[in-house]
Amino acid sequence: MRFGVIRFPGSCDDVDALLACRRVGEAELLWHADRDLRGVDAVVVPGGFSYGDYLRAGAIARFAPVMAQVAEFARAGGIVLGICNGFQVLCEAGLLPGALLPNTSLRFVFRQVALEVASTDSPFTCGCEIGRRLSIPVKHTTGRFYAPADQLRALHAEDRILLRYAPGHNPNGSLDDIAGVCNEGRNVFGLMPHPEHAVDPLTGSVDGLAIFESIRAHVAGRALV
Amino acid sequence: MRARVLVKPKAGILDPQGQAVERALPALGFTGVANVHVGRLIELDVEDPDQLPEMCRRLLTNPLIEDFEIVDAGSS
Amino acid sequence: MTGATARHRELGLTDGEYELILSLLGREPSATELAMLSLMWSEHCAYKHSRKVLRRLPTDGPAVLMGPGENAGVVDVGGGLAVAFKVESHNHPSAVEPFQGAATGVGGILRDVFAVGARPIAVLDSLRFGEPAGSRRSRYLLERAVAGIGHYGNSIGVPTVGGEIYFEPSYEQNCLVNAMCLGLAPHERLIRSAAAGPGNVLVLLGALTGRDGIGGASVLASAELGEGDEEKRPSVQIGDPFAEKKLMECCLELLERELLTSLQDLGAAGLTSSSSEMAAKGGVGLEIVADRVPVREPGMEPFEVMVSESQERMLCVVEPERLEEVLAICERWETLATPIGQVTDSGRLRVLWRGEVVADLAASVLVDECPLYDLEPAEPGAGIVLYGPGPALLDGGQSAAETLLTLLGSPNLASRLPVFEQYDPVVQSRTVRRPDQADAAVLALPTGEAIAVAIDGNGRRVACDPRRGAAEAVLECAANLACVGATPLGLTNCLNFGNPEKPHVAWQLTEAVDGLAQACDALGVPVVGGNVSLYNEAPSGPILPTPVVGMVGRLADPSRAGRLAFSAAGDAIALVGAFEPVSGGSELAKLRGEPPAGPLPELDFESARAAHERVRALVAAGAVRSAHDIAEGGVAVALAECCVAGGVGASVTLPAGLDPFGEAPGRAFIVSGPAEALAGLDVIGRVGGEALSIADLLEVAVSELRSARDRGLARFL
Repeated sequence: MRFGVIRFPGSCDDVDALLACRRVGEAELLWHADRDLRGVDAVVVPGGFSYGDYLRAGAIARFAPVMAQVAEFARAGGIVLGICNGFQVLCEAGLLPGALLPNTSLRFVFRQVALEVASTDSPFTCGCEIGRRLSIPVKHTTGRFYAPADQLRALHAEDRILLRYAPGHNPNGSLDDIAGVCNEGRNVFGLMPHPEHAVDPLTGSVDGLAIFESIRAHVAGRALV
Repeated sequence: MRARVLVKPKAGILDPQGQAVERALPALGFTGVANVHVGRLIELDVEDPDQLPEMCRRLLTNPLIEDFEIVDAGSS
Repeated sequence: MTGATARHRELGLTDGEYELILSLLGREPSATELAMLSLMWSEHCAYKHSRKVLRRLPTDGPAVLMGPGENAGVVDVGGGLAVAFKVESHNHPSAVEPFQGAATGVGGILRDVFAVGARPIAVLDSLRFGEPAGSRRSRYLLERAVAGIGHYGNSIGVPTVGGEIYFEPSYEQNCLVNAMCLGLAPHERLIRSAAAGPGNVLVLLGALTGRDGIGGASVLASAELGEGDEEKRPSVQIGDPFAEKKLMECCLELLERELLTSLQDLGAAGLTSSSSEMAAKGGVGLEIVADRVPVREPGMEPFEVMVSESQERMLCVVEPERLEEVLAICERWETLATPIGQVTDSGRLRVLWRGEVVADLAASVLVDECPLYDLEPAEPGAGIVLYGPGPALLDGGQSAAETLLTLLGSPNLASRLPVFEQYDPVVQSRTVRRPDQADAAVLALPTGEAIAVAIDGNGRRVACDPRRGAAEAVLECAANLACVGATPLGLTNCLNFGNPEKPHVAWQLTEAVDGLAQACDALGVPVVGGNVSLYNEAPSGPILPTPVVGMVGRLADPSRAGRLAFSAAGDAIALVGAFEPVSGGSELAKLRGEPPAGPLPELDFESARAAHERVRALVAAGAVRSAHDIAEGGVAVALAECCVAGGVGASVTLPAGLDPFGEAPGRAFIVSGPAEALAGLDVIGRVGGEALSIADLLEVAVSELRSARDRGLARFL
């Protein structure tokens, strides 16, 4: 399968995401100003500080030309993974519910946190078991997940919270320890932790590979149908 | 016209910046301070002020978490 | 006295220097020329009090590809790859506005590194503040400087992989913010700053030019500026990491496509220093049409454009036929690119403004003719106390366990996690060892090998004995590298001192440089670049003399990079290296309120080097599970750090007569591993249990050690 990783001005973890995707398939960079997803099977909106995070994190990137294509791709059921700043962009773009607010500490936090898989009913977690712990780093200033009460109820009722911070590991004050959520169609997923920074035993844990391998398995299974 | 858009956290949303300021002021001897909220100010020259609310809803604020107020700052 | 002579003094030039300018020019300088000369002949740009003494440092080595004088030093790391690195101070701006001062310090050192064609791959910082317990200002400076470093490094996608922080009263008014950056490049991508090729185009890249950092030169403003206009001259430079990220990617792409003839960053003295250095190094001239420089505010004068220190700008030389392609790439990266002049064969820097020549100087006058001064060092007489005693937290009446817990909880030794958590250490997917995992950061290379880097300096010990203290900084850096299994390739230094015109500061500086040179010679590590920051003084006196050393090394197998944590119960613990620590200059002496005075242990470079080689070999062979150098707080603190990092205890018996809290940094190590692997070493105990137990001295639960160490700095942030 082939991943496309979007590069905005200010993307920082774009190459990291590219390298992580290449551990399970092919991957290429997609330029923010192009209106072409080049037929990729899955899109990754990576971490960083797109457009300097000026105004609000993700607020300007969502209007990049490539994002119109991403929205269309998502509406057609395409797999979209937003990591950290990518999660913020997808929320701003309305492709995911909720918003990311400044951490309660008001500080940037880097921390290797423990996550728990809360739902395996998604292309992103289908290779995991419920309750499996993943050791993955977070690094952000604006990662406190918030959703108004009605949206939050829907997220719970529809089993759309895919990852939670394990008890005691919530680094930012996110509601209900939410680390990552998907859309109604379950094909768009955003998370604050960085699975692309947990794919190599040399540099840390390999638990993030579970997300990328799940996507590969899902796409492979879909191709068989 | 010269316009000002005041952006502030939506009522009821945890505002740690506001809380930090609210805690800091008494430490400096300023008492009787409550309900501190920290937002931001956007100043701009606009030809058509009627477009301002839509600008606010689409880009300048995130309506899920922020309220805004448009202030006429007089002619530029 | 004429108006002009009064002006040169306000600009910081001495009468003698001004006389020299008059004779070199054969006329009075124009206002623009005077502004340019005053900055180029400042201590900051000309190193006029330090250049002579710096010549004592060894700069040659088998791995050196670029030495001092370029934007950054560069060493070969094998496989056709090179690592560029440099440390630089941003002390004064950080004391004025710590967030922006520290942020722009990081921005500046990043530009130095990508100016030689290397992609920045890591940042480290060396910070000094006043005592946090007694000073609200010091806590504020600490918090904001850390936030500023994080803001810039995190936003631009360069990992902050290490650093050090110390607190001493003498830094209360003069905090130190030294930032180091490393970059990676294929050999053929390296570029120098020397301009070349008359007729080639000079292109300014990046941010708009404003009145940032005009500072002292503002006395030259023409009389037309009215009262209150001073407020329009910001002394604080604001960093924009987003602009720099685009500028960096843009420059790297321009270099990758081989479109540039030369490249230089704009730092202190802005366009003036970058252009004159490019011209002087290349033996060519440059003509700058200053009114083509895009400005941020109206009404700027030519001298302001020429000396502005606005951030996020670079200057490059481009062949005319490649200009169009260069401009297209800049547009793609949303980076402003403006042709502002051309290379000439005159050897002169000519500045035009609205069709008139406002400056016309030989580039060499700006760069090479500033007089260099001899220092007049004098060792302070016996009994003279340069730095007073501090508050005493311990009086000798405490038990060894209480002493150990107090040391671990002191701001200088406590866990740095509350600071390191504010930095991204993993972006770019190279970081094999993060802070707290090992004594040096380790970064994997595409060749399959890795580099290691550490930064060290201890002003307190340098104050005790400038020569030995400075040499110890080199030894400790090399020891840190040995702990991860790396062999040193080169080092960079930042010399932070007080006013060198004071004889005792001059003595500190010359002694420290001699100590650095001795240690570098003994270990075979060349100095490939650095920076000097003088006049760090407050009314109460100078800072502690603070040479900071950053060292880069190479290791073959990153999977064997050493860790500092004890990990396996039953492992043997050994002491490696000749270790005769003393109390003078130690952290314990400080906690007892003693001033930084008294003899440091003698330097035996051969013995230290042998210990480094032994540990390096053990780590590189995968024979040991942990390695940690014994530094501040002595062997007791080193053991406690290994226990806390691993969450496991240890039982040891120290050699008879060894001061458990005495210090002799850079000379000895604690290693642990299977007993058979440590055969032949001086085994002093075993890993295991839930407490650190030192026979006949102390027994403290690891949880207690951890909680003391965790709280020590966190309580101030």
